Amino acid sequence: MLLRTEELSKAFGGVAAVDAVSIAFEEGAVHALIGPNGAGKTTLLNLLCGIYRPTRGRIVFAGRDLAGRATHEYAAAGIGRTFQNLQVFFNMTALENVMTGRHLLEPCGLAAAALRLPARVREERACRLEAEALLEFVGLAQWRDARAEAMPYGALKRLEIARALAARPRLLLLDEPAAGLNPVETAEIDRLIHSLVTRRVTVVLVEHNMKLVMGVSQHVLVLDYGRVLAEGDPAAVRANPRVVEAYLGAEAR
Amino acid sequence: MRARGPVLLALAVAALPLALPNKYAYDVAILIGLNAVVCVGLNLLIGYAGQISLGHAGFFGLGAYGSAILAARYGWPTPLSLAAAVAGVALLAWLVGRPILRLKGHHLAMATLGLGVIVAIVIATEDGYTGGPDGMSVPPLAAFGFALAGETAWYWAVGALLLGVVWLARNLIDSPRGRALRALHGSEVAAEMVGIDSARHKLNAFVLSAALAALAGGLTAHYAGFITPAKATFLHSIELVTMVVFGGMASTFGAVAGAAVLTLLPQFLTVLKDYEMVVFGAVLMLTMIFMPRGLVPTLEKALAAANRRAV
Amino acid sequence: MSAQFAQYLLTGVTVGAIYALVALGFAIIYNASQVINFAQGEFVMVGGMAAVSLANAGWPLPAAVGAAVALAALLGLALEKLAVEPARGAPVVTLIIITIGASILLRGMAMLVWDKNVHALPAFSGETPIVVGGATLLPQSLWVLGATLVIVALLAWFFNRTLLGKALLATSHNRLAAQLCGISVRSVLMVAFGLSAALGAVAGILIAPITFTAWDVGVMLGLKGFAAAILGGLGSGAGAVLGGLVLGIAESMGAGYVSSAYKDVIAFVVMLAVLMFLPGGLLGTRASDRV
Repeated sequence: MLLRTEELSKAFGGVAAVDAVSIAFEEGAVHALIGPNGAGKTTLLNLLCGIYRPTRGRIVFAGRDLAGRATHEYAAAGIGRTFQNLQVFFNMTALENVMTGRHLLEPCGLAAAALRLPARVREERACRLEAEALLEFVGLAQWRDARAEAMPYGALKRLEIARALAARPRLLLLDEPAAGLNPVETAEIDRLIHSLVTRRVTVVLVEHNMKLVMGVSQHVLVLDYGRVLAEGDPAAVRANPRVVEAYLGAEAR
Repeated sequence: MRARGPVLLALAVAALPLALPNKYAYDVAILIGLNAVVCVGLNLLIGYAGQISLGHAGFFGLGAYGSAILAARYGWPTPLSLAAAVAGVALLAWLVGRPILRLKGHHLAMATLGLGVIVAIVIATEDGYTGGPDGMSVPPLAAFGFALAGETAWYWAVGALLLGVVWLARNLIDSPRGRALRALHGSEVAAEMVGIDSARHKLNAFVLSAALAALAGGLTAHYAGFITPAKATFLHSIELVTMVVFGGMASTFGAVAGAAVLTLLPQFLTVLKDYEMVVFGAVLMLTMIFMPRGLVPTLEKALAAANRRAV
Repeated sequence: MSAQFAQYLLTGVTVGAIYALVALGFAIIYNASQVINFAQGEFVMVGGMAAVSLANAGWPLPAAVGAAVALAALLGLALEKLAVEPARGAPVVTLIIITIGASILLRGMAMLVWDKNVHALPAFSGETPIVVGGATLLPQSLWVLGATLVIVALLAWFFNRTLLGKALLATSHNRLAAQLCGISVRSVLMVAFGLSAALGAVAGILIAPITFTAWDVGVMLGLKGFAAAILGGLGSGAGAVLGGLVLGIAESMGAGYVSSAYKDVIAFVVMLAVLMFLPGGLLGTRASDRV
């Protein structure tokens, strides 16, 4: 198991947003995290990438317990993430955004940077090339030198994915990548996620778009009120009466 | 394209003496150069990392007084006293920066302001060491029998220093460290998520800018042969921040331009005598209202717009 | 309680009340516009200096006071209209520089209109000290404390019970939503600036008989008022008052028991200490970004 949680909990004041969740994510698959609004999906995602500190429980990634560590340590361990509310670096161009994503792969001494040593110049060129390749991969090659603040919403969502990939994460957490996208753009996201698997990136997807979820994931987790309601492959989860009830109410049974 | 800026600056520094009519003009030019050194460093903190410091004159003053006291009262050779003062300020900034940079926005502004005020008051009060509000005299910068003296020699020294600092700063900005700073400013949480240790990078920018301010402070003291606590006050901190913002944040040349304009402006305004403050305040307000992003970015945008129309 | 302690405490509370008024001015403007008005201290100065010059010109004290407060309020409105509104949307640092420019402008004008000398306002009800438990209290201090209490009570009533006050609060929480509810944000901002300036002026007038006034008193008072507002929790009215009192008392105690040479430093040391442990200030909200 690439990522495993044990009794993971997060409480805000008296409210348990995530309550004793014990789940496991297998490497190489696309996992989906679904559930009604307020189920705790984003909170769980924030816990898994280190933005929130857990109130209780363990987060074991590739054998190491990361609970309580700083956010950038989660990134260093190999976890990447995109955001539901875009957190693009609007003060940079698209290319610079992706180049920044590569931060972990470029240890850079102060002297080497300030003096512009030849090794540094070579590394910079390599960084640029790899970032360009990633932009190409997500279909944003023409936006390369555009300022991020000038780019359309759909492109920015893909830019976040390119930026996250630049760090070569083992696990990529996608927070509602299709939110606000039209069917054409959503199909592009679908294609992108499929190709991520060929790059040996494990994906955990939080999504409301059921068509996308069912079409792209091998393993679906349903959260409700901060707890795991159901778990299994897409078909099994879809047929689960408790899942239907959680989404549509008891009447729908 | 990358080299264009520094080359222009180098040419400007080399050619400027032809336009300087007298010692006083050289004096102003040296002052501009030293202010620019502080501003380039401060710009890394404010413009690139998106933090704020309203107390940097404190570092400037500590560098000045540190070197002055070690040299005048303890007899240290001046290059050593200067180096020690800069190192001491860097250490202080490192110690103080860790807790302070956890604050954000106005709280950070106030905390840095408070620090600066405390430093200024201590300097003015401990007159046994510092000579108090009347200041103290400072020995000239000298090593192995050679003293750096006279406006011309200092002009070239400061000019070379400025060019060096600008070159180093630009290299830093075009590196992963520079991108890390800009990322912090863009979205701290996303920066953390790509592995940027935001606390460490903020601290680095803070310490580097403090060290540069201390260096400029020490050099100012040795150049003028005299230093007063006025150089460490809140008002001086504000002047420095204004130079950076006026020139254009996230622009190294903006920092230099801002230093130049806002060092020259009071010189021109002294003719207005009692009206100087009123006019200075009005100029500050008007330029910030009409050029909120600063001089250089506004000019760049205007140039870009003109180019597009010309096409 | 020793007489000395009581003395320091009384002085501290008096000065603290002034800091509280200045801090409230910061809090009101910050709440309405997210702007830190570095010119707040100058309103304090204008209040004191205008009252002094009118009183010296023969105006009866109440009229001089009223006119001085009105003048300050007008300057506050002018600041909002001419400087803050045109620059809306500018980065925080730019707005800070604009208000700093305004404070320099106001100080320069004060130097021209008045002079660089120190002036005193006649005490409101005489100078005979009152003896309280071994400590002496100036009647003017009672005016300071009384006026501050009345003002704080009035402000609390204003913000909680009047429509205009609630509109101010609404604008501070969510400007767009307030506009959609029909609140004229521009009017709200003008009220905020005018009110803050008036508060500052009152503070300057109240303290002028005790600590005198001059063209440059605004700088330190403004900074300390700002420190008090931050200490109490920026944006919290109660925090501003609490912060002011804490700073005033700490300063007085520190100056009395530790070192009077470093009196001005105490306020900032206390503020820094609080910020280190409570980054939001004493009563501030501990907000976190939603991601």
